[in-house]
Amino acid sequence: MIDGFLALYLFMLAAFTGHEIISRVPVILHTPLMSGSNFVHGIVLVGAMIALGEATTPLQQVIGFVGVFLGAGNAAGGYVVTERMLEMFKSSKKEGGN
Amino acid sequence: MDTSNIVGLVIQASYFAAAVLLIMGIKRMSSPVTARSGIQWAGVGVLVAVLATFLHGGPGHVLIENAALIFVAIAISTAAAWYSGKKVAMTDMPQMVALYNGMGGGSAAAIGASALLGVALSATPGVGLTMTQKVLAVIGALIGSISFTGSLIAFAKLQGLMDKTFRFKGQQVVNGLCFLAALFFGAVVVHHMWPHAIVIFFVLSLLFGILMTLPIGGADMPVVISLYNAFTGLAVAFEGYVQQNVALIIAGTVVGAAGTLLTRLMAKAMNRSISNVLFSNFGAGGGAASEIKGSLKPIEADDAASLLYLAEKVIIVPGYGMAVAQAQHKIWELSQALIKRDKDVKFAIHPVAGRMPGHMNVLLAEAGVPYDLIADMDDINPEFPNCDVAIVIGANDVVNPVAKTDKSSPIYGMPILDVALAKQVIVIKRGKGTGFAGIENALFYQDNCKMLYDDGKEAANKLIAGLKAVDGGGGH
Repeated sequence: MIDGFLALYLFMLAAFTGHEIISRVPVILHTPLMSGSNFVHGIVLVGAMIALGEATTPLQQVIGFVGVFLGAGNAAGGYVVTERMLEMFKSSKKEGGN
Repeated sequence: MDTSNIVGLVIQASYFAAAVLLIMGIKRMSSPVTARSGIQWAGVGVLVAVLATFLHGGPGHVLIENAALIFVAIAISTAAAWYSGKKVAMTDMPQMVALYNGMGGGSAAAIGASALLGVALSATPGVGLTMTQKVLAVIGALIGSISFTGSLIAFAKLQGLMDKTFRFKGQQVVNGLCFLAALFFGAVVVHHMWPHAIVIFFVLSLLFGILMTLPIGGADMPVVISLYNAFTGLAVAFEGYVQQNVALIIAGTVVGAAGTLLTRLMAKAMNRSISNVLFSNFGAGGGAASEIKGSLKPIEADDAASLLYLAEKVIIVPGYGMAVAQAQHKIWELSQALIKRDKDVKFAIHPVAGRMPGHMNVLLAEAGVPYDLIADMDDINPEFPNCDVAIVIGANDVVNPVAKTDKSSPIYGMPILDVALAKQVIVIKRGKGTGFAGIENALFYQDNCKMLYDDGKEAANKLIAGLKAVDGGGGH
């Protein structure tokens, strides 16, 4: 069980991580990065899968189904549009290769 | 060690790997050099976590049934999202991000609903959630619901499915009451776990997302979408705590924090504060602005081409209108025709040109414009006084000098491109309408400004033809 101060430490460290890793991002990457972080919270699909997997009543199954459906859309759609946007960055001479 | 222990270990290890990959992915996406691999790292992270979750068991009698439901939901949704994401035009990216983000918020809210209803309707009160879990399930569901319906409204607005703004007297009071009511029923849910209170709580939360987004104008939408992105991240983190799933907690919190910072950076680039965006009626006071003197002076494409032929330094200022007209390829062709004739050509990009910061760079890159010709606002502004001809295509509010001169204007204080200082300005515009913010543009009435009324693509074509007509197409 993650509880009490352990949970607080976890939230705190993750929040600092999120703040630090994008603190010096150039303006041209704002849109792709927003789209990319949109994909990252697509991990919510995992939570929705567990919710549906553990559902015992038809009501929970319906809610779980909606959750998985929405979560999968977040993950799949978020990935595709981010990749398409970042695809553009290969053609530039200055920032070619990776 | 028995089988279930090993399976549990595999799942936990996969979640750990996913968390690492997601953080590394975001980190790589924050630099242009590594951005492309960043999304792939993150993609592998989510894939690993999803595959591992299929090993997660469940109540025996519905195990197969639930697994089938999961599979069907993922298959349909992934196919639809994949297809729409591949098909959507680059110009429409912002609303697609809003749509997918809203789905994530809705998913988090569904997790909360499932957990809360599971406890509320349970016949065995012994198996339940701790107080902290209940509180976070409710808060996560509230934030997720707001992000869900709010993002859908943002999508509808940017997609042109609904009126840009919807306002009435006392709107903020109504919104405030709705929010307080949602909080109240949230507290009731935490204390009593009444099923009916849960339903009312969700209805109010979803409603508040709609109400909160309706009055926000289109120009502020990018900031709002970014804010809802951070909201979804937080909602995911909170529901992750409810499920005791560390991968969700970490990924959600990281996005919540990164998204909050990104929202602030965007708001700063637009010279707006977040509270300004959420609680003030942007663009509502258009009538109060001072009167603009002068007249609109139309110009024919041939005359405009002559101006360009005589110019040495040309700065092109593209806006979202150019992208909507799909004119970026033609404009690049026009630029190449100018470069061939030894003109110094540059593209000036306002931080919020397009629909979001950086959106225009993506659109120009798609058309093949090299990076060294694209200049940011701070770099290009000192060059306008030396510029012979500035071509404004599809940009409006970001070149409006009233942002500097007229304190009563709603865009007063917004940083703008100093196009007004160029020797000659040609504005390519389809008609006489105002910009996204609904404000008259004083630039258009200036003596050095000529209006070329045409479709963006057509205008570029005519200018290229006009240049050829002047010198026979050979350049030198």
